[in-house]
Amino acid sequence: MILKANLHNKIYAFNSVKDVLAKASEEKSGDALVGVAANTASERVAAKLVLASLTLEDIYNNPTIPYESDEVTRVIYDDLNMTVYNRIKGWTVGQLREYLMEHETSNDDILNISRGLTSEMIAGCAKLMSNLDLAYASKKMRVQVHCNTTLGVPGTLAFRNQPNHPTDNIEGIMSSIKEGLTYGSGDAVIGINPVNDDADQVTRMLDTVKAFIHKWEIPTQACVLCHVTTTMKAIELGAQVDVVFQSIAGTQKANEAFGIDAALLSQAYDLVTRKGTAAGPNLMYFETGQGSEVSLDADLGVDMQTLEARTYGFGRRFRPFMLNNVSGFIGPETIYSGREVIRADLEDLFMGKLHGIPMGIAPCYTNHMKSDQNDQELGTLVCAAAGANYFMGVPGGDDIMLSYQDTSFHDDATVREMLGLRPLPEFERWLEKIGVWKDGQLTKRAGDPSIFEK
Amino acid sequence: MSTDSAFEKLIVENVIKELARKGMLDGGGAAQQPLAQPTAARPSAVSDDQAISLPPDDVLVPDPVSLEEIRAMRRATPARIGIWRAGARPKTVSWLRFLADHAAAQDAVFTDVSGEFIQRLNLVPIQSAARDRDEFLTRPGQGRKLSEAAAQTVREKGQQNAQVQILVVDGLSSSAIEANVPDLLPALVQGLNAQGIKVASSTFFIKYGRVWVQDPVAMLLNSEVVISLIGERPGLVTADSLSAYIIYRPDANTVEADRTVISNIHKGGIPPAEAGAHLATLLKQILAAKVSGVRFTQSTK
Repeated sequence: MILKANLHNKIYAFNSVKDVLAKASEEKSGDALVGVAANTASERVAAKLVLASLTLEDIYNNPTIPYESDEVTRVIYDDLNMTVYNRIKGWTVGQLREYLMEHETSNDDILNISRGLTSEMIAGCAKLMSNLDLAYASKKMRVQVHCNTTLGVPGTLAFRNQPNHPTDNIEGIMSSIKEGLTYGSGDAVIGINPVNDDADQVTRMLDTVKAFIHKWEIPTQACVLCHVTTTMKAIELGAQVDVVFQSIAGTQKANEAFGIDAALLSQAYDLVTRKGTAAGPNLMYFETGQGSEVSLDADLGVDMQTLEARTYGFGRRFRPFMLNNVSGFIGPETIYSGREVIRADLEDLFMGKLHGIPMGIAPCYTNHMKSDQNDQELGTLVCAAAGANYFMGVPGGDDIMLSYQDTSFHDDATVREMLGLRPLPEFERWLEKIGVWKDGQLTKRAGDPSIFEK
Repeated sequence: MSTDSAFEKLIVENVIKELARKGMLDGGGAAQQPLAQPTAARPSAVSDDQAISLPPDDVLVPDPVSLEEIRAMRRATPARIGIWRAGARPKTVSWLRFLADHAAAQDAVFTDVSGEFIQRLNLVPIQSAARDRDEFLTRPGQGRKLSEAAAQTVREKGQQNAQVQILVVDGLSSSAIEANVPDLLPALVQGLNAQGIKVASSTFFIKYGRVWVQDPVAMLLNSEVVISLIGERPGLVTADSLSAYIIYRPDANTVEADRTVISNIHKGGIPPAEAGAHLATLLKQILAAKVSGVRFTQSTK
C-alpha cells in the first residue's frame, strides 16, 4: 500500500487511508472546520492519485473507525458478502470507478458487487468521480422496494408530501397535504415532521391522516417523523403506523447522540412487521445528511462524505423503504454554498444507490448558506436526471416549521413533466381518478386543494 | 389612470410592438385578448408615490370548487398554499414573494447592525473572536469567544458584580436586533429596576456573536446572571425573530441545558415590549433560584 504521491515534482505523503479519503474529498466547509480537508488543490489531487491506486483490500483492511470501537463499522463488516468481496478485492478504486460506468456493466452486475463493497470503498470511488460521473453511474443503478406503493419503478419519480406546521395544527397540516396531492405529490409517503415528539399526538395525527387516505382510497403510506422510540410507543398504543422513521448517522457516537443503536432499530423493524398497517416488506424510513456527525462533535476525524457512506452501510441492514439525505440542512459550517450542496447531493445519490438503497434526495438550503433557489433547482434537475427515486414536496418550497427551503410541489411537477417521468403506477391511476392528472401531465384542476370538499 | 392599469397597459403595448415587429400580428385586438385577463399574479402599485409593491397575498386558484374552503385552509397554516401555477411553475407574484422573503432572510444574516443603531441605544460595541462574517458562519467556535480587544473593553467599561448583565448579540439576524431591541430593552431595564435588581451600567453589543459568548463576559465581570438578546436563524416567514438566552453564573463546565431560552420574540410572535416585561420577571425568579436552564425549570415544578 503506497500512501505517497509525486505530483508536479512535489511529494505528498499521507499518514493513513482515512487521511487519503479525507484529503481526496471535494471541498466542503465542514471538513475544513474539523481540520481534515486538503490544504491545497494540488494536495487534494495528490490524494486522489493515491486513492485511485489503493486496492479494495487496502481499504477493507483499514476502516476509518476500528471494528472494535464502533458499531457502525461492525454492521458494515458483519453484513458484507465475503464471496463477492473476495472476487473483487484486488481491484483498485480507479478500476471500480471505470467498471461502474462501462457500457457492458449492467444494473444487476452493480447490485451484485454492491454486496461486497464496504462503505469506505464506495465513498472512495465517489471521490474519484466528477459530478457528471456520479450522475451517469447513478442513472444506471435501480433499486426497487415495496411498502404500500413500489418505489424505484423505471420511468417514475415519486414525492414525499411534507405538510409541516409550526404548531402541529392538524387542520393546517391537512390543508398542505391536499394542496400537494393535487400537484401529484405524496406517492412516496405523506410524511410529517412534528414539533412535539409525543406518542399520543403522533397517534392522533396518524389517525386523521390515515382516515383521509382511506376515505379517498389513496395508494400511499403515512409517517410521522418522530423519534423511533416514540413511534414504537405509538404502535403499542394502537397507532396506524405504515413506516417507522429515524435519523441515522455514520458513527456509533453520533447514533448515541440520536438515542439509537442497531438493536433498537431491529426491534422497531420487528414491531412494525408484526403490528404495522402497511404491506411491506420494506418498512423503515431513514434521514441522513453530510455534516450531522460534525454538528454532534462525533465525526472522529473522518470526512463528512465518508461518514455519509457509512451511514448508508448502517442503514441498509434494515432494508429501508425510504432513505434520503438532507445535506443542505445544517448550515454553512458544514456545507457552505450551492456548489457544495449540489456536489453532496450527487455523492449521496450515487453512494446510496451503490449500497443498494432506494435513494431519495432533498436538495435544500438554509438562509445562512451561500445558496439560493437557483442552485437548488439545478441540483434537483440533475439528481432527477440521475435517477433519484424521490424528492420532498413542500408548499411553495418553504418549510414553515423547520425554517429551510426544499423542493416544492411545483418543482416536483416540473421535473416530472420535463424529464417525462411518471408518478408511481398505482398513484398515477389515483391521480387520474380524482382528475388532476391525465396523459402524463397535470390537468386544469391540478392546484385546487378544495376539490376534496366535493 | 391608476398606476396599476398603467403598468398593464405598458406591458400590453410592448408585447404588441414586439409581435408586430416579428410580423405575428393581424391587429392589436387579437394580441390584447390573452393579455387582458385580470390576474392577481401581477405586481401592483398600492402607494401614491408610484412605487410598485407586492399585492396582498390572496388565493390565486381560478374558479376553485370552493374559494371559502381554500381561504379557511390558509387561515389554518402559514404555508404557501392556494398559490396556483403557470404550467407547472409558480405564478410570477408567488415567485417574487418567495424571492422577497428569501432576500429579507439573507439580508438579516449578511448585513451588519448599523453603527447608528448601536450609538442610539447607547450600546458598547465589541467583537467576538471571529475576524469576519465568513469566519463567523463557518467556524462556530470563534463566535463563542471574545477577541482580545473585546475582553479588554469588557474589563475597562464593564461593571463588576452586577446582578444582571445585558448583552445584545447579532447572531444570525441583524434585522431581529433592529426590529425588537428598541422596544424590548427599555421594557426589560424598567422591569428590572422596578424590582430593585441591579443592572450593569454598560450594555454590550457583540458583533459576530453566538450564544456561548455570554459565558466569557460573565466570567470577566463576575456577573450573577447574563441575558443575551440574540438574532435567530431567519426563516422565510419572518427574518426578525429574536431569542433571549439566560445563564446563571456560567463556568468552564456550563452546557446548553444550563441556559433558559425564550424564543420567537417578534411582532408576529411574542411582541418585544411584552417580552421585556416577561423576561424581567423570569430573571427575578432565576436570581432567587440561583440556577438557570433545565435545573431552573425543575426547581419551579
